[in-house]
Amino acid sequence: MSALLELGGVTRRFGGLRAVSDVTLSVAQGEVVGLIGPNGAGKTTLVNVITGVHPASAGTVRFGGEDITRLRPYQAARRGIARTFQIVQPFPGMTVLENVAAAAMFAGGLSYGEPARAEAMQHLRFVGLAELADQSAAALTLAMRKRLEFAKGLAMRPKLLLLDEVNAGLNAAEVDQALELIRTIAARGVTVLIIEHLMKVVLSLCSRIVVLHHGELIAEGAPQAIIEDPRVIQAYLGKRYAKAQDEARG
Amino acid sequence: MKRDAWIAVVLFALVALLPLSGEAYWLRLGTTVLMYGVLAMSWNFIGGMAGYPSFAVAAFFGLGAYTGAVAQKFGVPPGLAWASAGLTALLFAALLGLALLRLRGHYFAIASLVVAEVLRELVNSMTDLTGGGMGLNLPIPAMSSVDAQARYFFYVMLLLAVATFAAMLFTRYSKLGFGLRCIQQNESAADMLGVDTTLYKVSAFALSGVFVGVAGAVYASWVYYIEPPDVFDVLFSVKAIVMVLLGGAGSMFGPLVGAAAFLSLEELVWRNYLDVHTGVLGLMIVVLVLFLPKGLLSLSQRLGRRGGAR
Repeated sequence: MSALLELGGVTRRFGGLRAVSDVTLSVAQGEVVGLIGPNGAGKTTLVNVITGVHPASAGTVRFGGEDITRLRPYQAARRGIARTFQIVQPFPGMTVLENVAAAAMFAGGLSYGEPARAEAMQHLRFVGLAELADQSAAALTLAMRKRLEFAKGLAMRPKLLLLDEVNAGLNAAEVDQALELIRTIAARGVTVLIIEHLMKVVLSLCSRIVVLHHGELIAEGAPQAIIEDPRVIQAYLGKRYAKAQDEARG
Repeated sequence: MKRDAWIAVVLFALVALLPLSGEAYWLRLGTTVLMYGVLAMSWNFIGGMAGYPSFAVAAFFGLGAYTGAVAQKFGVPPGLAWASAGLTALLFAALLGLALLRLRGHYFAIASLVVAEVLRELVNSMTDLTGGGMGLNLPIPAMSSVDAQARYFFYVMLLLAVATFAAMLFTRYSKLGFGLRCIQQNESAADMLGVDTTLYKVSAFALSGVFVGVAGAVYASWVYYIEPPDVFDVLFSVKAIVMVLLGGAGSMFGPLVGAAAFLSLEELVWRNYLDVHTGVLGLMIVVLVLFLPKGLLSLSQRLGRRGGAR
């Protein structure tokens, strides 16, 4: 397996704060990797570094062998990096279809008008929003907006899809639907990096999990190994709990 | 798009008949409406479509006026002088945009407001070339009569307005226009979707400069004499914005309707309330914006909906 995304010693400072500190990580083509960590661990910052919103202060980001560390977000998008936002960001004054068509046009490289709209419609059908194509995006419920984000991401014809807490705020049934969607997308060969708090989602989807804490990569490995890793338990639940559990195990 | 184009053809054809009235007053008012229509439509590129509150209209207008006037001083024929004024404004707007469009919201507004002041001081101090505070006289076009002259400038402004409208229509229904709408609604999301926001914003700004530059040069030829405070007047910026808001921001006919409505109001109020006309006019604008925030054009939709409900 060749590496699609390679982070080499990536650091991002905001003033004196090191939000991401010396992270080295490699994601192979076709992998589904989970990125977890407590609030404020630097997960979203890492996504922002990859997409060029906040370029790395030090280190390199390589995508498909090319150095993309200093690229602007729109350039990263055109190379096949799509992201969804933790707080969904549709264009409220446009229809659902136009939202997706924008992605197909600017990142997917389709021409204005019918080609972009046709492709957008396909993706809307896939996520189950086809009936709402002509509605204003502002009228959608949260769960629907998240599906709209999926459709937008797919219309960008991504090689790498970064999902930033797409399941936050959804109820159990909606989470199951989202899970199904992500699985289908991954089965198409799209590499997925998923930031998630719901362990159920991470455990059922990911082949590998990466844990960030205070901006540093503290653990990396198979899902089962990760949730038993004392460093991870300590990061999430505190030193005392980790110790107590250790003793209980004897 | 076709529907808008047809409405425009009919509208402009009707306006073209105005000289038949034979009244110098109406012709002059018509020329003024068309000129302000060009300014308002131009502002629509950056302010309406991209959502950047630009106050640079006065800067482009003055720059165009002086470029055209200085060119004619050196013997360049009027048509060529106007074209060079447009080109100068285009390039100036593009370079200025690269610097200023990094700012957003109020900061951008303030920065763009200052540009006209800077240009005015420059023109003031370059006495050899521009005549400085003395102003600059332009050659009076050799025409049979004053009426013929008035008709000539009316048709030149009409042609310019048609060109500006066509540019606006094409932009609105193109990838550029679509990208600008994305930027207007959420710039960082647009960036993330692959919109080259810098290129698109600079393009919109350049488009908002070029036609204003030509309008400034034509205005200079029309009135024979310009001076810095006259053509770099901030009111050109303010009026263009008020007209667009009055007519309906972001819409195709809003700027034209707004220009016509504003100037008609101004004429009426000015005639009837000479002492307090700016006050009355201001009040009317406040009321209009309060009760019709989407502009006069939204009135027809509202009435239509109410009629349908019955």
